[in-house]
Amino acid sequence: MVHYNLKRITVVPTGKDFVDIVLSRTQRQTPTVIHKSYAINRIRQFYMRKVKYTQATFDEKLGTIIDEFPQLDDIHPFYGDLMNVLYDRDHYKLALGQLRTAKRLVEKICKDYVKLLKYGDSLYRCKQLKKAALGRMCTLMKRVGPSLAYLEQVRQHMARLPSIDPNTRTILICGYPNVGKSSFINKITRADVDVQPYAFTTKSLFVGHTDYKYLRWQVIDTPGILDHPLEDRNTIEMLSITALAHIRAAVLFFVDVSGSCGYSIAQQAALFNSIRPLFDNKPLLVVCSKIDLQSLESLPEEDRQLIMEMKKEASKCSGGIASEMMVEDDDCLLTMSTLTEEGVINVKNTACEKLLQHRVEGKMKSKKLEDVRNRIHVAMPRPRDTRERPPVIPAGVLEARAAAAPRAPRRLEKDLENENGGAGVYSANLRRRYILADESWKEDVVPEIADGHNIADFIDTDILKRLDELDREEHQREEGESEEEDMDDDEFRKLSPEEQEALAAIRLARRNIREEHRLKKTTADSRPMVPRKHDKDKRFTVSRMERHLSNLGIDPSAAAARARSKSRGRKRDRSLGYDEEAGVEAMDVEQPKSKKLRMKSRTRSQSRASMEVVPGEGFKDSAQKQQALALGKKAMKKRNKFARKGEADRTIVNLRPKHLFAGKRSTGKTDRR
Amino acid sequence: MRLEKCWFCSSTIYPGHGMMYVRNDAKIFRFCRSKCHKNFKMKRNPRKVKWTKIYRKLHGKELPQDTTFELERKRNRPERYDRNVVEDTVKAMKKISETREEREAQTLANRMRGKKTQQRREDLAELQQGIHLVKAPTALLEEPSLTLPKEKMKVKVSVEQESKAMES
Repeated sequence: MVHYNLKRITVVPTGKDFVDIVLSRTQRQTPTVIHKSYAINRIRQFYMRKVKYTQATFDEKLGTIIDEFPQLDDIHPFYGDLMNVLYDRDHYKLALGQLRTAKRLVEKICKDYVKLLKYGDSLYRCKQLKKAALGRMCTLMKRVGPSLAYLEQVRQHMARLPSIDPNTRTILICGYPNVGKSSFINKITRADVDVQPYAFTTKSLFVGHTDYKYLRWQVIDTPGILDHPLEDRNTIEMLSITALAHIRAAVLFFVDVSGSCGYSIAQQAALFNSIRPLFDNKPLLVVCSKIDLQSLESLPEEDRQLIMEMKKEASKCSGGIASEMMVEDDDCLLTMSTLTEEGVINVKNTACEKLLQHRVEGKMKSKKLEDVRNRIHVAMPRPRDTRERPPVIPAGVLEARAAAAPRAPRRLEKDLENENGGAGVYSANLRRRYILADESWKEDVVPEIADGHNIADFIDTDILKRLDELDREEHQREEGESEEEDMDDDEFRKLSPEEQEALAAIRLARRNIREEHRLKKTTADSRPMVPRKHDKDKRFTVSRMERHLSNLGIDPSAAAARARSKSRGRKRDRSLGYDEEAGVEAMDVEQPKSKKLRMKSRTRSQSRASMEVVPGEGFKDSAQKQQALALGKKAMKKRNKFARKGEADRTIVNLRPKHLFAGKRSTGKTDRR
Repeated sequence: MRLEKCWFCSSTIYPGHGMMYVRNDAKIFRFCRSKCHKNFKMKRNPRKVKWTKIYRKLHGKELPQDTTFELERKRNRPERYDRNVVEDTVKAMKKISETREEREAQTLANRMRGKKTQQRREDLAELQQGIHLVKAPTALLEEPSLTLPKEKMKVKVSVEQESKAMES
């Protein structure tokens, strides 16, 4: 038996597309270059190849389609019937048949034309023959077009059929429309079937899977069935009928006791009786749904009677031990409500149990049983001794079981919050649940920082002990300290204030020497070497020397006298009135000075005339000095550049660059350059 | 809230000051101000930078280790709150910081010990060596004290004049 994968059938192209595909493939995969000057054999071969290739492609493609679509006789009768219901068996067979015929005809065309091509005498004739062959094949395909379209539709629908395994454990749900079949399947499996108040919400079969006793069970939800003869049934109802007919499953017949589906119990009972033949050899359960709207006990007498009759019939036709003994099986009638979920699990379990029993019975009656039984061996360990070994349950578990009584609901923080004004108003006191040694500490404000230190860094339960140790250390240290006094005071005595003065003066003197030296050092190259006699700043006067010497503690008179005598000229007239004999320092006493001297000698505050030559400057005479000054002034005058270009003036290296003065412009005019 | 220590200079970082840098290996560096941060970015070693606490402790300028320092330690496990303990701790903290200050003053005094003597010795030496800049050797012979010379000039003149006046 060929295995069909209904979900993996290749796409069936339309007629036109089919032709396009095949022809383009021929064009791509066969050589395309031919010339009339080639050898005739070569030309013939070229065209024959094309025709054969096209035929082969048609063959291949049609072949796959024909093979992939299932033969209705080969598949399980359930699926065969299903497809008949959905796609019309005759139409389907005809379509496939047409394709087969087309395939055969294409082959025939190919053979004929190849025979003709063998005797083609020119390129033109061969070409025409090939064209004719291909044309005829394509026309054939066009005629087959409607079948291809139909098969494509079938393929698409088939791929979406639910994957029902007809051989495994199945539970089938049937009944009038709107009784609650889809709700039930939604409850026990993970299927998500549409549940709506209008009738015929479920339009096709739906599969769900559920578990019971570690086995997988298929649950099939069918569209609702109405009560009319088989010939009058529409496609949707036929689906349910097909399922009922072919699948060996436990059947759950749903009855809506409340009548909210729009059909009375009498009508439902009538339906039950009409499809009763379909329930042969299947474990049957009558399920009263929507029990929350109307309970069984409160039903009127006639309805109850009808339901009891259904139950009797159900127990009869489910076969097995119960029917043989003609005993009414209580299990056959069950009540449930999908809304309140009472009895749903019970229904499922009962149905599964019944089917399981049914199947096991069936297997036991078959011949295979013996083979299987021979292969199974259950090993029972022999008891070692007579000692009792009961199961051990730990005491804690026993206690837990005893205390498993439900506790009163705790008062939660959330309840407290709601009582005190809700989320935004009440803020929970997190300190309430603190575990502290003393309850009154709960609301303490704990300092974190003190004096630039973290308190948390110092916290220690034996802080006091540490503190004591510290105190002891301190005592020791202090004792040690008192022994070492400041002894350095005795070694060197302090300096007296006069000595300190002297020290300060020494430091000053040193500093001055350093500064002077540094100044001299920097100006050494530019300073003129002037002989002392041209001392214009009067740094080397005798009075200064005297002062300096007396500061040092030496009597300056002898030195001053000697200095004056040496610096004097011959003529006494020009002297400052120094009396050698008297040995008196004339500078100390006020002496009348000559006019010349008065003119020459100046205090610092008066400035000199610009042309006056001061010895030491380096000028010969006043005229030279004036000339030098004049030159200096002239040099500072800004010179006339005579409007000539300087370094700072910008130059244009290239006055007529090429890119501006030649060539077209991408945008703009070039009438101005 | 915690007062942290600057990684570079070891001063306390108060809340709202400084910067924290987290490196790719999850090591955290806290800096008290941008000076420390910039020094860190320059990859300077605080052990070699004179003004940091680490340098000072390393080079003996400050008290390097002491029991008072060990009493202040970052504890990673929080202790259950006990009012008495916290009260004692706050009081103890004061005492501890006082002790620490005393000890630090002691170390400073130890370091500075002998400085006075040295200073005086140096002063004396400088005075002896440099007295020639302010006092002539002849004056030094007459008056061997290491002090500035007396003013001589005016005294002599007035004496002469006086003698002259007296003579005539």
